[in-house]
Amino acid sequence: MKQYVTKEAKSLFAAMINRSFPQILLTLALLILILILSLTSEYFLAWKNFRNILDQCSVYLILSLGMAFVIASGGIDLSVGSIAGMCGVIMAVLMHSGMQTYPAILLSLGIGIATGAVNGVIISLIRINPFITTLATMTITRGIALVLTGGVSIYGFEQSFKWWGTGNIGPLNPPIVLSLLLTLVSFLIMRRTLWGKYSLSLGGNAEALRRSGVRINLYRISIYAVSGFCAAIAGLIMTARLNSAAPLAGSTYEMDAIAAVVLGGGSLSGGSGSIFGVFIACITLSVLRNGLTLLSIPTYFQQLITGGVILIAIIIAQLRSNRDRLH
Amino acid sequence: MEKQPYLQIRQLTKSFGHIEALRNANLDACQGEILAIVGDNGAGKSTLIKTLSGALTPDSGVITINGQAYAHLTPKLAEEKGITTVYQDLSLVNTQTVWENIFLGHEYRRLGWLNKKKMRRETAELLKRLHVSIQDQEAIVGHLSGGQRQAIAVARAIRQGGKMIILDEPTAAMGFKETAAVQKLIRNLADQGYGIIIISHNIQQVFELSNRICVMRQGEVLALLDTKSVTADEIVSMIVGGTAVNGVKQ
Ligand SMILES: Nc1ncnc2c1ncn2[C@@H]1O[C@H](COP(=O)(O)OP(=O)(O)OP(=O)(O)O)[C@@H](O)[C@H]1O
Ligand SMILES: [Mg+2]
Repeated sequence: MKQYVTKEAKSLFAAMINRSFPQILLTLALLILILILSLTSEYFLAWKNFRNILDQCSVYLILSLGMAFVIASGGIDLSVGSIAGMCGVIMAVLMHSGMQTYPAILLSLGIGIATGAVNGVIISLIRINPFITTLATMTITRGIALVLTGGVSIYGFEQSFKWWGTGNIGPLNPPIVLSLLLTLVSFLIMRRTLWGKYSLSLGGNAEALRRSGVRINLYRISIYAVSGFCAAIAGLIMTARLNSAAPLAGSTYEMDAIAAVVLGGGSLSGGSGSIFGVFIACITLSVLRNGLTLLSIPTYFQQLITGGVILIAIIIAQLRSNRDRLH
Repeated sequence: MEKQPYLQIRQLTKSFGHIEALRNANLDACQGEILAIVGDNGAGKSTLIKTLSGALTPDSGVITINGQAYAHLTPKLAEEKGITTVYQDLSLVNTQTVWENIFLGHEYRRLGWLNKKKMRRETAELLKRLHVSIQDQEAIVGHLSGGQRQAIAVARAIRQGGKMIILDEPTAAMGFKETAAVQKLIRNLADQGYGIIIISHNIQQVFELSNRICVMRQGEVLALLDTKSVTADEIVSMIVGGTAVNGVKQ
């Protein structure tokens, strides 16, 4: 009996190592990056810089968490950056028309969820490809933000709102705390709940899940709704941080989120995804950007380097998955 | 067979346009017995089992399960009654582990969280009981052999209350060793009292495995025979529609 337990524990451990290979690789890369940067810039390891990295990371991280579930389910959500922008604008418009801070926040979070759910309904019930669907809603939500603002940013909010971007929680700030908290919650959801498991099963073989009696449309719709919710929270942080709602805020953020998910070991064909991986990927990308800035590398080159790193990481991941391709 | 059949089919007919895929088919299947359905391409084998899984609605006829008669089944009803058709490729999530697949759609939870420990334990017990040799239930199903995947699909069907397991060419794409493993599994299941209906084009397999053989031709059930009472040559000539063999036609 004793031996049985040990054997089982061993196999569990081996399976964990094997399955977490992309995350382990990424963590190593992050550590090396940190080592290099701390040797080249003395400012890098300062607490203030560390806090800065986490702060920079928070919006991307929150978008990536929602994206992780979407991609795990075999989908994609191109609309998150635009939903974030639109929800920020809606908060701003509501508050400027006299609504209190919290009702305005809650209402636009609700709108974010509803927009995501609309994505999900179109994708699962009308069966339109998620790429096309969310491309369309990306354009529509951006259009709504532009219409509501007339194309110009809305400035100036109450302190209770600004707190969400600039306040302090001990040594940290609300964006950092919120993003870390959401990461922890997502981690538990992905690994320990039915909803998380079904997100992965949907991407693995939706037909098998359907045949086993699961109402897959419900799950798919809720996954996109969660992604919309994450986008709305990102919109809240972006708007509160700058004390302004810009109609074009969050443009192309969806690309960073997708990159982070893939970098974190998620496969675009669905069925896999790791919240830990997403977290490390977001931190790595932020550290990279931060480091390039500290090293005074011009912004255009930063783009080039970041893009190159993402491409290399994706190629490595793909080569590995080609190696042990599933039936 | 003196056993009370678990499943009875009487005068089942199904047409697709002007094609009569099933014509007045009669069939009995018992628990603890392996029934092989043989027939040429297009003979109506898949159509027959699809009416049993509830995927197709017959035009006329009666399906009796455990003494209860139905004009047609739905997938849900068939499952409730323990009639389970195993389609390996359609029923497994290749990106997930053995135990995750065994419990797909029927997960245990405790206080809202997945009870992985209980699912792992029961998976180990189930695989042991069915004599399925899978070293590692943490293995990703897509990395396993075809035979092992078939076994997992069958184990899941049984865990979900399957009493009559239907397999449509379970070893069609398998090598020698794999086929042997699946045949052993099927034999084990029958010994443990499950009913098996297997469609196979492999006559040797049919003779190694089955207790009875159902020969279909052009939508009709030509004969239902004890495997011991016929020879392979006789079965083959019935399948291809040669001369009727004396004494074997029911
Ligand atoms: N959905 C359908 N629509 C039209 N015709 C069909 C349909 N399904 C089956 N048929 C026809 O019914 C007949 C019986 O088909 P069935 O699939 O049951 O054969 P089978 O015995 O399983 O053959 P095989 O050994 O090739 O699998 C065939 O002539 C086939 O073309
Ligand atoms: Mg067939």
